[in-house]
Amino acid sequence: MKVTVTVNGSPVGAEVPDRTLLVHFIRDQAGLTATNVGCDTSSCGACTVLLDGRSVKSCTLLAAQADGRAVTTVEGLAEDGQLHRVQQAFHTEHGLQCGFCTPGMVMAAVSLLEENPAPTEEEVRTGLEGNICRCTGYHNIVKAVLAAASERQAQ
Amino acid sequence: MSILGTRVMRTEDPRLLTVGGTYVDDLRVPELAQAARATFVRTPVAHALIKGIDASAALAAPGVVAVLTAADMDDLPPPPPPPADGEVEAPPEGAPLPLMGPWAEPLLAVDRVRFAGEPVALVITDDSYQGEDAAELVSVDYEPLPAVIGFDTALSGESLLFPGTTSNVALTSGAPADPAMFDGCEAVVEHTIVNQRVAPVPMEGRAVAVAWENGKLTVWVSTQNAQITRFILAGALGLDPAAIRVVAPDVGGGFGAKIGADRDALIVAWAAKHIGRALRWVETRSENMLAMTHGRAQRQTVKIGGTRDGHILAYRLDIVQDTGAYPRMSGFLPFLTGLMATGPYAIPSVQAANRVVVTNTTPISAYRGAGRPEATAAIERAVDLFAAEIGKDPAEVRRINLVPPDQFPYHSPCGAVYDTGEYVAALDKVLEGAGYAELRAEQHRRRASGDVKQLGIGLASYVEITAADANAGETARVVVHDDGTATVYTGSSAHGQGHHTAFAMLVKSELGIPLESITVVHGDTDLIPAGVGTYASRSLQLGGTAVQKAAIDVKDKAREVAADMLEASAADLELDIDRGVWQVRGDPETSRTWAEVAEHAGSDGLAADVNFTDGQPTFPFGSHLAVVEVDTQTGKVRLLRHVTVDDAGTILNPLLVEGQRHGGIAQGAAQALLEEMVYDADGNPVTGTLVDYAIVTAAELPSFELLTSETPATINPLGAKGIGEAGTIGATPAVQNAVVDALSHLGIRHLDMPATPERVWSAIMQARESQ
Ligand code: FES
Ligand code: FES
Repeated sequence: MKVTVTVNGSPVGAEVPDRTLLVHFIRDQAGLTATNVGCDTSSCGACTVLLDGRSVKSCTLLAAQADGRAVTTVEGLAEDGQLHRVQQAFHTEHGLQCGFCTPGMVMAAVSLLEENPAPTEEEVRTGLEGNICRCTGYHNIVKAVLAAASERQAQ
Repeated sequence: MSILGTRVMRTEDPRLLTVGGTYVDDLRVPELAQAARATFVRTPVAHALIKGIDASAALAAPGVVAVLTAADMDDLPPPPPPPADGEVEAPPEGAPLPLMGPWAEPLLAVDRVRFAGEPVALVITDDSYQGEDAAELVSVDYEPLPAVIGFDTALSGESLLFPGTTSNVALTSGAPADPAMFDGCEAVVEHTIVNQRVAPVPMEGRAVAVAWENGKLTVWVSTQNAQITRFILAGALGLDPAAIRVVAPDVGGGFGAKIGADRDALIVAWAAKHIGRALRWVETRSENMLAMTHGRAQRQTVKIGGTRDGHILAYRLDIVQDTGAYPRMSGFLPFLTGLMATGPYAIPSVQAANRVVVTNTTPISAYRGAGRPEATAAIERAVDLFAAEIGKDPAEVRRINLVPPDQFPYHSPCGAVYDTGEYVAALDKVLEGAGYAELRAEQHRRRASGDVKQLGIGLASYVEITAADANAGETARVVVHDDGTATVYTGSSAHGQGHHTAFAMLVKSELGIPLESITVVHGDTDLIPAGVGTYASRSLQLGGTAVQKAAIDVKDKAREVAADMLEASAADLELDIDRGVWQVRGDPETSRTWAEVAEHAGSDGLAADVNFTDGQPTFPFGSHLAVVEVDTQTGKVRLLRHVTVDDAGTILNPLLVEGQRHGGIAQGAAQALLEEMVYDADGNPVTGTLVDYAIVTAAELPSFELLTSETPATINPLGAKGIGEAGTIGATPAVQNAVVDALSHLGIRHLDMPATPERVWSAIMQARESQ
């Protein structure tokens, strides 16, 4: 079937099998490979993207379900070469190691801060429960999200 | 000021944060443009004879290119002939090599399967969705055999895994128990504890892409060791290593489970050559949980004795190592456990012995710590059992028995030589940092008031061995180019640790070339033919030292070249590190840039190769203190605080060191509280997906409290020891001890890991009943 999704501001249209998952559409049709697949049970969050501004696990949706809608991946986050403040905070606080969970984790954090601009540590931890990172022990990820939140407060 | 020791943010990050890494599945290179997808058919039955494989339905399915089985593997070098006397010689103790002879592991299963998830056939399709469909159509006729699950079933030998053997015990080592070693002890405690099987779960699973073109095999693989992988591939496929290029692109975590390449990767490489088409295989998570190696899986019997005033006099450790279906590492893991059995304590009489048994489960291999977390867990539980037996504070018992600072280098009774250490200081620092006395007072208050939520305080002091194979060394090549930039080629292989930042810092510190002008290259055997790679927390101390030495060699060469340019004597030249220029001492007017010097030197004029061998391992140490809260009504355990001192010698970049500690602590706490790979009696995995496997998330952990301690190593110029595995080694027993401590007033002395609510609640119920 024909699916058209606006990915990071540009329309991507392609003829794909009905069962194509959104994550594969993003990776194979839009050619954006930052969004990763880390599991087959909707458990890990490596595939997290924004769909019309809200975070979704893109392995749990069919590409068809995103037809006509807008997806933002980590590739679409920086503006004019300026890192988004969540990306910047992950860098400053060393919130990533191997980088595999990172695109999904960053998108989940962006969405979390949209919904709750001034979260407590506890809220960050429960908010990111659906995103697994095996490298960082979450310590610096939580620190980064809190840092990004307080930076936004300061603005 | 030197850049060494400072918090330099990672050079790796901007790419990973904006466009993402390039993992095997992300490769869009021309060689793989037409790559087909490989999908494994894996046995769901743990132990069975294969009576037949029918691929006809699969072959007729859309997009199927081929279905391959062991019968197709007739173009491989024959396996080594079985030994005439039937006796297989084990590799030397301490060599992490597979056991051969009757215990040898095939590539695709031949006539029987030995663990759920073992590869039986390979389906090649144009795309991966077709692969999943077609793999389900391959029909395999299994005739089930009795499954061997668990230590006792394996030891009983009622069902054997390997024809031609007489037992499931593949190897034994160590002296039989000598009860006389406990003569003179006033108190002796013995306990059997299980260090459960866990899954490494790197967020990127295993993945391989292979192109076979013009007689050359190129293999992109998610590995910790490109060069070792090339060696393994050459042997398995009967190819000249020169005909193989192995590339480790970005690797999404390894934790020991991606050392070299396993049979699945070899099968895919063979298949690409066999069918003459580029192939890519990226495993699913469910495959990963079953067919990537697992870790730990030891049953340990500890016996500890000493005086009533707290001096430990004797310790015996008996290990049964469940090695899974194939002894991929022979006796290596329990060997390391035995080598480190005595931990950081000066115990006069120590013995360790082990038996390695095969079971119908996923093979066991290295997982963050590889044998040392098991050693620390055993001795740290034993010390707490002993402290409880004599009614002394566990911190005090530790302090009495830790190797004092004037004893280094300390020759342990197990045969290790601990290089440097301040063990008592590390313990005291953690006790003070955590506020031990106040914590005990709070625990007392809660006990007195009968609080539903009881507090537990757990300690673990550890010493571990890093760069155990220091003799194998590591390679580095440093080149300064005529545009003033530098390239570092390292045999070490990063998969999240931040090697590129660390190694660039070393070069900047020697040469004054800015970080942004230094490129670090790893994991490509065409560019770096010799190297070992990353495991055993070896990278900085071996690979980093090699980089530093190569940079120094380049500097020496440059000094001669600059002297020639300036018509001065080399002895009169200096390198201004801050500006990155050469000049006659004290005369900035004469300065020559790196670009000018490199240009003058001509092609490859400023390059140096180093193969650095340390000769000896290093022994990082530390103390962890965990505080848990146990809900005595539900059995739920919450880790409230985790305070640690992890001393890995001189710190190059605190940011990277902290990251390593955090990650390890989380994995250690996860083993203590949550994670376990469980099989039922028939060998069916019960926790084979991320839904069932209780992998740790942010919600179950606190932020960690890290204290700093730096006792330099003396056997390498960086003063560095390894930090990669300290977290799991210290945290696992500290958290476990905390859980037991929270319940000790009920008479509970031990609880196996993981401390699930069910296990904790049952223990509380039992304790109350017997009170
Ligand atoms: S890949 Fe989507 S949740 Fe794991
Ligand atoms: S950085 Fe490796 S999984 Fe999160």
